This record gives sequence, C-alpha cells and structure tokens, in this order.
Amino acid sequence: MDFAFSEEQEMLRESARDFLATRYPLERVAELADGEPGWDPSSWGRLADLGWLGLSVAEDHGGAGATLVEEAVLFEETGRALYPGPFLATVGLALPALEAAAKTVPQALSAVLAGERSATLAWAEPDGPRTIAEAGSAACAATRDGDGWRLTGTKRLVPDVAAAGAVVVVARAEAPGDRQREPAPGAGARAADSVAGVGLWLVDLPAERAVVVPRSTMDTTRRLGDLVLDAAPATLLVPPGEAAPVLAATRLRALAAVACEAVGVTERALRFATEYAGQREQFGRPVGSYQAVSHRITDAYVAGELARSLAYWAAWSVASDEEQAPVACAAAKSAAGEAAVLAAESAIQCMGGIGFTWDHPLHRLYKRAQWIDAFEGHGAAHRRELAAALLDG
Amino acid sequence: MDFRDSPEEASFRARLRDWLGDNLPAGWAERAPRAGRSDLAEALAWSRKLYEAGYAGLTWPKRYGGGGAPYTFQAILLEELARAEAPDHVNVIGLGMAGPTLMAHGTEAQKSRHLEPILSGEQIFCQGFSEPGAGSDLASLRTRAVRDGDGFVLDGQKVWSSFAHVAHWCILLARTNPEAAKHRGLTFFLVDMHAPGVEVRPLRQLTGDPEFNEIFLTGVRVPAEQVVGEVDGGWAVAMTTLLHERGTLGFALTGRLEVLLRKLVALARTPDGSGVRPADDPLVRDRIARQWVELQGLRFTNYRALTSLARTGVPGPEGSVAKLHWSESNQRLTKLALELLGPEAQLDGDGAVWNGYWQYQQLRSRGNTIEAGTSEVLRNIIAERVLGLPRSR
Repeated sequence: MDFAFSEEQEMLRESARDFLATRYPLERVAELADGEPGWDPSSWGRLADLGWLGLSVAEDHGGAGATLVEEAVLFEETGRALYPGPFLATVGLALPALEAAAKTVPQALSAVLAGERSATLAWAEPDGPRTIAEAGSAACAATRDGDGWRLTGTKRLVPDVAAAGAVVVVARAEAPGDRQREPAPGAGARAADSVAGVGLWLVDLPAERAVVVPRSTMDTTRRLGDLVLDAAPATLLVPPGEAAPVLAATRLRALAAVACEAVGVTERALRFATEYAGQREQFGRPVGSYQAVSHRITDAYVAGELARSLAYWAAWSVASDEEQAPVACAAAKSAAGEAAVLAAESAIQCMGGIGFTWDHPLHRLYKRAQWIDAFEGHGAAHRRELAAALLDG
Repeated sequence: MDFRDSPEEASFRARLRDWLGDNLPAGWAERAPRAGRSDLAEALAWSRKLYEAGYAGLTWPKRYGGGGAPYTFQAILLEELARAEAPDHVNVIGLGMAGPTLMAHGTEAQKSRHLEPILSGEQIFCQGFSEPGAGSDLASLRTRAVRDGDGFVLDGQKVWSSFAHVAHWCILLARTNPEAAKHRGLTFFLVDMHAPGVEVRPLRQLTGDPEFNEIFLTGVRVPAEQVVGEVDGGWAVAMTTLLHERGTLGFALTGRLEVLLRKLVALARTPDGSGVRPADDPLVRDRIARQWVELQGLRFTNYRALTSLARTGVPGPEGSVAKLHWSESNQRLTKLALELLGPEAQLDGDGAVWNGYWQYQQLRSRGNTIEAGTSEVLRNIIAERVLGLPRSR
C-alpha cells in the first residue's frame, strides 16, 4: 500500500502549477472566458511542448507511456487553474478513440500529440443518448461513400466543440436496407441491437456539411455546442460494433478526470474562503473566528478531502485496470462533483457580497463545479449505479 | 501510488486471517457485539492471545518488545480485526496512547517498567484527562498535584475513563502550578490505580452499559519518578497522547463501519412481512450508496493518513478529518438501519430483529461525536491548524 504521488509526479504538479499560474492567472481566465473564442489557442502548442497531450499514450504510438495517475495531477491542476481550453475534451474524452485507431489512422493521433490539433467527443443527441453510458443508442447515421464515410445527424452538448479541431463522433453504420429494421420495439432488444452497429468516426473541423452551433453555457470556460452533420465527410476510427469497449473505457477515464478537476476546483474555492475569512473583520474580529463561518468551511474541506482520496483511487483503478474501476469512478465522480459545488457555495456564502459579484473569480469556479457535477449525470445517477452493484444480483 | 497490498502485506494479511479463523472465540461473530463488562474474562483471554501471537505492539520498536513492523501492517491488523468483529483489546489505551507517549517522553526506567507489560496485558491502562468541569477545554482541569517530599499528592476527580475498573495504571493530567497560565501548570503522571485514595465508580451510558467510569483521587501519593516529561510540562506530553489517539484509530473505525454497512445491505435486502425489500425503495438505495461512497472515502483518506504517518512518524491532520467524518457517517448509517426496521425499531431485546443489535449500535453511535474529541473541537482543530483560520476564542 502506498498512497502518495512519486517525486516525478510531484515535479509534474509543480511545473504545471507554475505554468498555469504564470500564463493563466484567474484574471486572465476571466478575460478569456468573457470574450471570444473563450480560450487562448496559442496555449495548445505549449501544452504539447510540456508533454501534456500524450502523457498516457503508449510509447509505440508516440506518447510518453505514463498513466492516468500522472494525468490525474494535470487534471487537478487545470481544474484548480480553471484552464479554459479543450484539455479535458482532447485528453479526457477524445484520446481513447484516437489511440484505438493508432494503427489505422495514425495521423489523427499524431496531430494531437504534436499540438497541431485539439479534439473532443460527441455522444449526446436531441432525442437519443444524453450520457456516454447511453451512447450505444446513438442514431447519428454513418453511410459509406466510396472509400470514406459520411455522417448525418445532430449531436449536442459537445464539450469545447467550437475550440476543437476535430470531433470523435459516435454514430451508427447503416447498410442499405437497415432502416426498415429500426426501431426494434422493447428496451432490451433495442439496446442489444443498438450497440451492434455503433462505431466511432472522426470529423475534422471546419468541414463542409458540418455546422458547429455554440450554445450559451453557464461555465463559459468550457462551452458546449451542437454539431449538425448533413452528410459530412468522416474517417472511420473504430468499426461498427466495436465501439462499446472504447466508449466504456472513455467514460471511466473521463469520470476519474473530472473528479480530479473537481478536487482542484474545491481547493481553489476554499482558498478564497479561508483567505477572506482570515482578513475580513466584522464586530471587531476576523469573520473566520466565528464558528458558524469556520465550521462551514471545514465541512466543505472534509468533503473535499474524502473526494480527493476517492479521485486518486479512481484514477489509479483505471490506470491499473482494476476490476473495481467502475465503482471507484462512480464514487469519485459523485463525491467530487458534489464536494466542489459545496466548496464553491460555502465560499460564496462566507465571502458575503464580494463572492456574489461578477468581478470576483469565485463564480467561475462555482460554474465549473456545476459543469462537473452535471457531466454524465449528477451524483444521484452514479449512486443509482452503485446501489445496483450493492443491492441487486 | 499503489492501493494493493505488497507481497509482504498480502502474506501478512493472509496469515492474520487464518489466525483469526482459528482463534476467535467460538460463535463470536453471531453474538451481537455489545461492549460491556460481562465478557471481561473473555476479553482478557483474547488480549493475551493477540500478545502471544505477536499482534500486540506490532509497530513498536523491537527493543521495547514490539514487532518493529511498518505502519501498513498495523493498518491491516486493525482493519482485519474489525472486519472479523473481533473483541476489543482491553489495553487499547496502553497500546494506542500510553505506550507511544512513553516512547516519546518517558525515561528509560519508565519505558522498561511499563512498555513490555503493556504489550502482554499485565499492565492495563486507563486515561485520566477529562473532569466534570474540563471536557473539551481540557487545560482548565482542576485535579491538584502538590509536591510532598520527593513525590506529589493528588486530589480531584476524573471522568469518562474507559477500562478504569480493570486498569492497573492511569495516564493522568493534574495541575502542579495553579499560578501559571492554564496550559503551563499541568503535569503528566503515571498513577497506580491500586494506590490508596484511588476509587473507581462505574458510569452507566444511555445504552445501559457501564462502559466507563469516574475516578476519585483523595490524597493519592505519586512518586516523582512517575512524572512523564517535565513538571509543569504535561500539556505537550498530553498532546502526543491525543494525536496518537486519533492517528492510529482510523483503520479500526473504518473496518467497523464496513461491517455495519455489510449488515445494513443484508437488512435492506431482506423482504418484510409483505414481501417488500427496503432495497427497492429509491430513497433507501440512494442513502445506502451514499454510505458506501463515504466508507470508501474514509478508507482511502486513512491510507493517505498512513502515508503521512510513515513519512513523518507523527499522525497528520487526516486523522481528525477521518474521525470527524466517520463519527457522523456512523450515526447516519445506524439511524438508517432503524428506519428500515420501521415500527419494529422500538423492540430492542430478545426476539427483536437481530436481538437489538441495531438499537444498540444506533444509541452507541451518539457517543462517537463526543468521545476522543467532540466534532466541534475537531472542526476547530481543522479550521485552525489545517486551514489556518483565526482562533475561534
């Protein structure tokens, strides 16, 4: 048993924190978040230079051969800094599909590793899946077009789609005549049927017949958007019928990643609260000396420390391919998302009017916390999954 | 970072499990474990067995008769003992508090007089810190120790002393200098519980069990060589004791919570008279899942505490975080169990569900947020020492 980051991992943390603090202090993040395009595209090449983009990609595929434990450090630090760029979208969501296609479409992966391109993942649909877990019921249609493919359908809630240079799209391949067979009534039959034809394709942006529709998003540091595809050209990454394991792995990886981000957000929000409560005086005493204030902050800290333990456990479980990885990720995501929201809300309360202003960066942490909490379903959705594992069967 | 047992840890755990299987008192797991005096003889015999097998003082240095094992072994021991629902060692205060305090602050003579007998159970220890007028504000205690020749004479009253009725020795704080500031005039004594003037009276708790006692001291003579640390320097010594109280306990507490959760799951899966499983109620499912998440969070927070203990030799603030959260989580869990029983919940004797097991657990849990540092004091400790908030007084 050893529950500590190694010296190398701690050095990675330090350098990440330095880089982010220097280039993206929260004032700068606020500026970017309030403008267009919402991030600093010139940062992308720097992330590649720092080795952040291919950290967990196998050395054979041009990466550094590290694991999600190293990336956990980066997710925590980018969360703490509220880095506004498609880092989670690329590394957390798109990389598994790109790496799955490392042999067949090597240029897609190498472009990301070189920092030439960012990417994201599109799974949700207007009348279809909302979460990655449900992505097997995607209706977005993939049809052959000579040697290539074309995709038709609307994807929604795509993270950082306006910033991304490419989108991994979950779609269903239809052989001619398949249309008549759909939809098979009965949920069970439908689900089994659904996964069979589902694959992953890459759509490069900008592309003809692919329209990105940015959607106003609470967290402007991580904007969602629609992707409307009307026979848009696409490259096959993962063949129809083989997407399920890649999507399952992507989902776990993403849950652990956002849990780590949440840990960073929690720490930053609580730092604002403690600094303020230590200095602000009312009735002749610092407000942090009142237990109604300090105990509230403490409770959020305790929730955050438990979440930290769970987030690291989840990242390690995924990295080590442990059997418990799904429950670890569900536990970490539900606890860390809720802890981050609690921490931000406690900080807003403890800072009084200041924490309620637009000018103070706290609301941006709050909105990121809520983004994380909503991602792939709120805490209760993950607890449903855990309850099934504990109580059924 | 590796959450798995190392090969040495795994083989230690396996040997321990075998040993527990062979040595636990017959039918122990089926009996509803209630702390009380009735099984004292059994508890003494059990403590002796642990000693003979080398499990007492596992992490103590070999020169003091300990096992010289790393802290992870102690964590495994506590976890497995709790999982097996083994009886408590009667000398938990000797092993967990008096021993480590003597190793840190005792004279060579004190160490050779007490350490080995603590391990063997020949010297059972109790603790005389709290007083009727000094609970959370320990430093305001009033038991007086007046110098008399080459010793001291003690007069006063101590309270909430577990094991005082069977103890041979007491680690006791008394005031030697009433003129000094309240933290500066205290001295840490080893008091012979059989000395003239020591009287022990049982105190009955709201569970009905007399788990702890009052100690009355009337003109008790204590030789100077039974002072630990400096005269008037007892506060620093006591802080070592309290740090160890919370530092090593976490694994035992989490192990017990794990057992309770396992039983709660079994209870929830048992259909009631009309064939309805509580486990099918979505609200119950969410609450049970939440308990599981909290348990895992505590478990891995303990691992983190262990890492900091192994690095520094001193328990870190994670111990306070874990104790605070464990006590409240335990209260929620036991209360949920009573809710699952419905109107039956009021029956607590023979013929009640599990013969009143849950009723006892629920009532006993109310003490968890008071003993070993009230939740309010722990929140102050975290607020001030971890978060750096101003003192609340």
